[in-house]
Amino acid sequence: MILGLVAICAPLGDTCLSRGMTSLPPISLAHPATLVAAVFTPWIAFGIALLIGFFASYLTALSWADLTFVLPATAFGNVIVALLARFWLHEPISLERWAGIVLITLGVSFVAQGPSLTQRPVIERSPTARLPLEEESLDAAEPAVQVAEGQPR
Amino acid sequence: MTIPTPVSTTGFWAAAAMIAAIVLCSTAGEVLTAAAMKSIGDLDEIRARSGLKGAIRAVLTCPLFFLGVGFLALAFFSLLLALNHLNLSLVAPASASLTLVTNAIAGKIFLKENVDRRRWTAAVLVCIGVYLLAH
Repeated sequence: MILGLVAICAPLGDTCLSRGMTSLPPISLAHPATLVAAVFTPWIAFGIALLIGFFASYLTALSWADLTFVLPATAFGNVIVALLARFWLHEPISLERWAGIVLITLGVSFVAQGPSLTQRPVIERSPTARLPLEEESLDAAEPAVQVAEGQPR
Repeated sequence: MTIPTPVSTTGFWAAAAMIAAIVLCSTAGEVLTAAAMKSIGDLDEIRARSGLKGAIRAVLTCPLFFLGVGFLALAFFSLLLALNHLNLSLVAPASASLTLVTNAIAGKIFLKENVDRRRWTAAVLVCIGVYLLAH
């Protein structure tokens, strides 16, 4: 569900941005104010909102799944965009692109079959290598959770 | 009107260096962000415990997260730089597909993720697929 959101939000956001930016006159670095003004045009604001949504759901996915699981799964968004372009915008898709779609779909089905998170009974395998990393992550997590818990009361 | 090919305007090694910069920065960014999110813990649980604000606070108080986002921003600017010199049809597929493979390697080395044969196959298949699709 979250992964689907990631896969859809990222390309849609990019598309909105690109659509918004190409409809604007060229922006030069000499006038940075025009770049700020561009942020408030509807297409770009919508694109940015979508990208923020993408990043939030991407971070959520990363909090419970491996990076090597999330990345191939989110690459499925490319397939969705290609299919949208084919059936909604009626753009032609070349044979090469169909091959790309098939490969990505195959790859995603490969990872989806496996576990999403690395199980960690690895401590007996290399205890010395893992210990400092775990201490570090505990330290980082502790204050964040405490602050978060104190807030709503 | 002729569109200049990337190799004629910029040397092969310059093009390779620009793409390598994108790939390295975004890999570093992704790995650091992933490590940050793992150190924070399951966001859904944090949200159930202390609300959306608590979850946002948990992310924003993690220094590792900002390091990761910094690298992702660096990757974005090197993408802009590369687009200034090279064609989009070369830069986008090359960097997107290479990043998948470097991330699998970095995930195995730095995050100690269990990258089994299934995930390697997936990374390579998706890598070729993204290249074909975006080319």
